[in-house]
Amino acid sequence: MKFSKLTSGSVAAALVVALAIPVVQSSSASAAGRDISKATSASQAGGVAGLAAACKKEGQLNTIALPHYWANYKGMIDGFKATYGVKVDEADPEASSQQEIDAAVTLKGTQRSPDVFDVGLAVAVKYLNTGTFAPYKVRSWNNLSFAKDIDPSAQVTPNYTGTLTIGYSGSLGTITKLDDLFDPKFKGKVALNGDPLGSSTGMNGIFMINKALGGTFDDTSKAVAWFAKLKALGNFINVNPTEATVASGQTPVVIDNGYVQAGIIKTMAAAGKVWKMYTPAAVGSTYNSAVSAWAPHPACARLWMEYTLSEAGADFWAVGGATPTLWVHLLKTKRASAAGKAAIGNSKTNAEKATSDQTVKARAYLKTAWPAAVGTN
Amino acid sequence: MTQLQYKRTGSANGRTGSRYWRSKTAYLGVLPFLAFTGIFLLYPTWNVVSGAFRDNYGEFSTTILKSVFNDSIARKAFGNSLELSAKTAIVGAILGGLFAWAIATGKPGGLFYKVSVALSSVLAQFGGVMLVFAFLATFGFNGLILTFATQYLPTTFLADASWLYSMNGLAVLYTFFQIPLMVLVFLPTLENLKPQWREASDALGGKSFEYWLRVGIPILTPSFAGAALLLFVNSFSAYATANVLINLADYLTPLQIATALTSETGGSNPAEAKVLSFYMVIVVTVVMTMYALLRRKVSNWEQRR
Repeated sequence: MKFSKLTSGSVAAALVVALAIPVVQSSSASAAGRDISKATSASQAGGVAGLAAACKKEGQLNTIALPHYWANYKGMIDGFKATYGVKVDEADPEASSQQEIDAAVTLKGTQRSPDVFDVGLAVAVKYLNTGTFAPYKVRSWNNLSFAKDIDPSAQVTPNYTGTLTIGYSGSLGTITKLDDLFDPKFKGKVALNGDPLGSSTGMNGIFMINKALGGTFDDTSKAVAWFAKLKALGNFINVNPTEATVASGQTPVVIDNGYVQAGIIKTMAAAGKVWKMYTPAAVGSTYNSAVSAWAPHPACARLWMEYTLSEAGADFWAVGGATPTLWVHLLKTKRASAAGKAAIGNSKTNAEKATSDQTVKARAYLKTAWPAAVGTN
Repeated sequence: MTQLQYKRTGSANGRTGSRYWRSKTAYLGVLPFLAFTGIFLLYPTWNVVSGAFRDNYGEFSTTILKSVFNDSIARKAFGNSLELSAKTAIVGAILGGLFAWAIATGKPGGLFYKVSVALSSVLAQFGGVMLVFAFLATFGFNGLILTFATQYLPTTFLADASWLYSMNGLAVLYTFFQIPLMVLVFLPTLENLKPQWREASDALGGKSFEYWLRVGIPILTPSFAGAALLLFVNSFSAYATANVLINLADYLTPLQIATALTSETGGSNPAEAKVLSFYMVIVVTVVMTMYALLRRKVSNWEQRR
């Protein structure tokens, strides 16, 4: 008892435990003839068919931090498995972007190291040119929105965009403007998913409110003042919403990613309940895919990139409420699927994003301003 | 490996009873334990301690150690952590102690005894997301009690759930697993109170309060204080419960460490996390040293029995 409590004593110590578990296995085996771990495009690996064959030989893809309720990742993973007949080993679905990179570094050289990353913009930019990502240009690269702006060297590739929204229980009526949330009927009901100092969802939630109030990405004080008022009225609660709190109605109003809320609408509907979304301003951020430089399954990693950024992949995102970066191109060329259009429509393609500098600046401000506004004793 | 060696030394050469070999092989049994603590306790602790004296590039430095020490936000979080741990340790120790006393004076091996001990073993581990959910669903703004209380008891604290979302709420949640832990830790000591001592005191004309003042409390105090220290460390290190109930990155030191390790918004700073952990390790070391000293006192009593 004593020892177990002591070790769990610090999160850092617990994390380091992972370091201490020795798992040493043979390093990556590559397909005969060419070294796929160096391939920067499908053509260098015998095309997608060549990748698929090599991946089949590798037998497995390691993923990390892909929650099934998030942007239809369940559909994406099942689709990948069914199409290519390989196993997908999913580690730690609830990990943060930073933890993805940490896990890859820690497990470097083992078969358990993640093959691919799905990281927020701040972390993606932070690890550019550090040898963490293996550059890889998918076939659809030239048609992807933001790809050239974020990283022309294709170490990371923007994959989908989430638009922030306010999800809420239909039993609370209909929200038509932000200040509706000041109503006494929302007492103890409004929660933000994640703290802005740690979570990019939380940060984007603040950016969304800020923009709706006429603020800019460089100055989030308007949102902070709004949340302070919401807190003073007793309407804002500092609970970190989980699937359970949402499903049971403990957090009936949640500021969160649209592609998570889209999933909640479906599960609620299946339970005979109404869940709605109100989006006061279009703010979001891209999630970016990358191949790990230490991928134990280099062919599967590249195949996953091709798959998620293909038209089939875009369809999974769209149905899940996320906007694929291929979407603008698909709309333009009239290839967007009907189901996808029904889910995200034509409009949500131009959400505004904070640059990573703006995010860091906002964080520095929120470090003291946020607890002062919504903190508890 | 260890078993093989044991066998060889035990049977092959007929020196089974040899005092020499027995003194050597006796230590083999403890090897797995040492390996376990080495990997899961000593190595991580060393990693944290040595990491606290390095910057994010691995160079020796005390800059972060100093800057965290002087940082008002880190200090506030540390203060919150200490306050919360002290509160829940004291409340948990008193309530848990009383409960353990009730169990100990009951029929040994009876149904109440068995159920209480079994329940304590389970509830002492009840924490994190599930515990928070249980309390939110019961006492929260949208919980069961509140709906009932707003109708029938509108003036009581039950009708205003805001207490749950604060330090006090967190303290109540922590106490929920502190009390059963106290029962588990303290019950054996209470059971070691020999009825003969009470009889001796009575026979010599001692009153009930005199028995407690001169015999009961002196014997129980070191053990009680030791258990309270254990509770202190237990809540000092708790993380998951607070993480869900209080969505503030710098509220408690464990939360601050997690933020420094995992921040997606540019706050990632592993060196700072290790420094914060290092300060926690210092507190835990001090508390556990006190605990060890108290235990020595307790075992003195137990030996003389």
